[in-house]
Amino acid sequence: MAITREDVDHIAFLARLGLTEAERERLRTELGQILAYMQVLQRLDTSAIPPTAQVIPLQNVMRPDEVCPSLSVAEVLANAPAREEAYFRVAPVLE
Amino acid sequence: MDLTQLTLLEARALLRAREISAVELTDAYLARIAALEPRLRAFVTVTADLARLQARAADVRLAAGEEAPLLGLPLALKDILCTAGVRTTCSSRILENFVPPYDAAVVERLRAAGAVVLGKTNLDEFAMGSSTENSAFFPTRNPWDLARVPGGSSGGSAAAVAAGEAPAALGTDTGGSIRQPAALCGIVGLKPTYGRVSRYGLVAFASSLDQIGPMARTAADCALLLGVIAGHDPRDATALPDPVPDYLAELEGDLRGLRVGVPREYFAAGLEPGVEAAVRAAIAQLAALGASVDEVSLPHTEYGVAAYYLIAPAEASANLARYDGVKYGYSVAAPTLLDSYFRTRAEGFGPEVKRRIMLGTYALSAGYYDAYYLKAQKVRTLIKSDFDRAFERFDVLATPTSPTVAFRLGERVADPLAMYLSDVCTIPVNLAGLPGVSVPCGFVDGLPVGLQLIGPPLSEGRLLRVAHCYQQATDWHRRTPPLDEGG
Repeated sequence: MAITREDVDHIAFLARLGLTEAERERLRTELGQILAYMQVLQRLDTSAIPPTAQVIPLQNVMRPDEVCPSLSVAEVLANAPAREEAYFRVAPVLE
Repeated sequence: MDLTQLTLLEARALLRAREISAVELTDAYLARIAALEPRLRAFVTVTADLARLQARAADVRLAAGEEAPLLGLPLALKDILCTAGVRTTCSSRILENFVPPYDAAVVERLRAAGAVVLGKTNLDEFAMGSSTENSAFFPTRNPWDLARVPGGSSGGSAAAVAAGEAPAALGTDTGGSIRQPAALCGIVGLKPTYGRVSRYGLVAFASSLDQIGPMARTAADCALLLGVIAGHDPRDATALPDPVPDYLAELEGDLRGLRVGVPREYFAAGLEPGVEAAVRAAIAQLAALGASVDEVSLPHTEYGVAAYYLIAPAEASANLARYDGVKYGYSVAAPTLLDSYFRTRAEGFGPEVKRRIMLGTYALSAGYYDAYYLKAQKVRTLIKSDFDRAFERFDVLATPTSPTVAFRLGERVADPLAMYLSDVCTIPVNLAGLPGVSVPCGFVDGLPVGLQLIGPPLSEGRLLRVAHCYQQATDWHRRTPPLDEGG
């Protein structure tokens, strides 16, 4: 399973993951090896097999739409790296 | 009397009889932690002050004759369970200074039951690993041989219990992270049925696989803990509504008539001869106790690791998208928000977490979704069907927990695939959502071996009874690691 540098860069961009030059090269090799191992799955004919996303018998667990106590603004913002008034502060997204 | 050698149930009886106090018990563990931690490093955070405060409160309640199920009993918590006001790191730089504003559901339940929290234990970063070497802070050592790993990802919890730093602990298990370290450290570890224990406040790794469970020296202590933490929780939509049985009462009884299946695929290449011998002897012991034993086939076992290492990273890549440096956690300021994301995550995550985010993002990306992620989910169906068929004929299945005993630090770090294959015996159980327990069943060259027992959904009571009967007939769990020799 050949993984190219372009593949690594594309996936890292999708994942919003910064990588050093050394990490990019190492991941290219490692992902190739790991995905080659995954090819074992292609031996199985699964054309008639439904996928399993979760194993429990519960479906559509509903609850009444009621107002309940929740964390205060101060508690929610307590771990914020940057804040302003009652908001999380981030760098500008639009010019 | 060395208080750190007591089981939870023994300590509880002494507390209720007022022969020891909760403060004495807690102080004994804190002293042992202080003595051993420089060598063992099982804890990320020791909450000594909080523990003494809780122990004093427990003594007041004990003196008033209260009998909450864990009143005055000290425990350790894997540092991936949120604790209000106590740093919860996931052994990651990105959460190094994160102080949760709330308790996980299991922590609420433990507190309500009167437990004393000794501290938060080390893990592979975000529970991704099989050796605790992926902790961003430091590796934990195996109490039986300090040059070896304790297993992972709940390696801190397993090492702490095995070393007598805590009588019991909670761990989490996504692909074997309770059972494998329990096996490698010579203690009992139970992964409950998916949904049996609320995941509210458990920092998410792979949401369709994660479960919280107890780790202790005996199956009986695990039964005590499971009874406290199990049960429905409206805050976790996957928490099962089924009533919680009295797991301690379910320990009673013998193994006569129990049908034990031995899946031949779990005794395949890669299984160390000493491990196989110990596990086969344990199965013979179950037969001697009255169980009937027969071979069974789980034909899709060999596909478990490949399916798991697509599904779990895919779920992880989505779950870990939340670490963006905006709301909490490590953050690198940059001129643009996008740059801040890249740099925060570059510096905040370690190599294994990056590897899994990349693998999972790849498996979910356009053009590869069907070939990898969907394919893995279909194979998951086949693996689950294997178990469904086996449980038509058998009450429990018996296998090795790990194909090897504890390996040396550094031995598998350079080879991610070799590390992934450490979980070959435990992964299929998570994919099928089943309960599984590892129980000590022998030693190879002084290193513990674990017997894994797997049951159908919600058979925790049965698994614990089998493990309990086995422990009544054996003394592997009474042996203690050679930590006190030679200082």
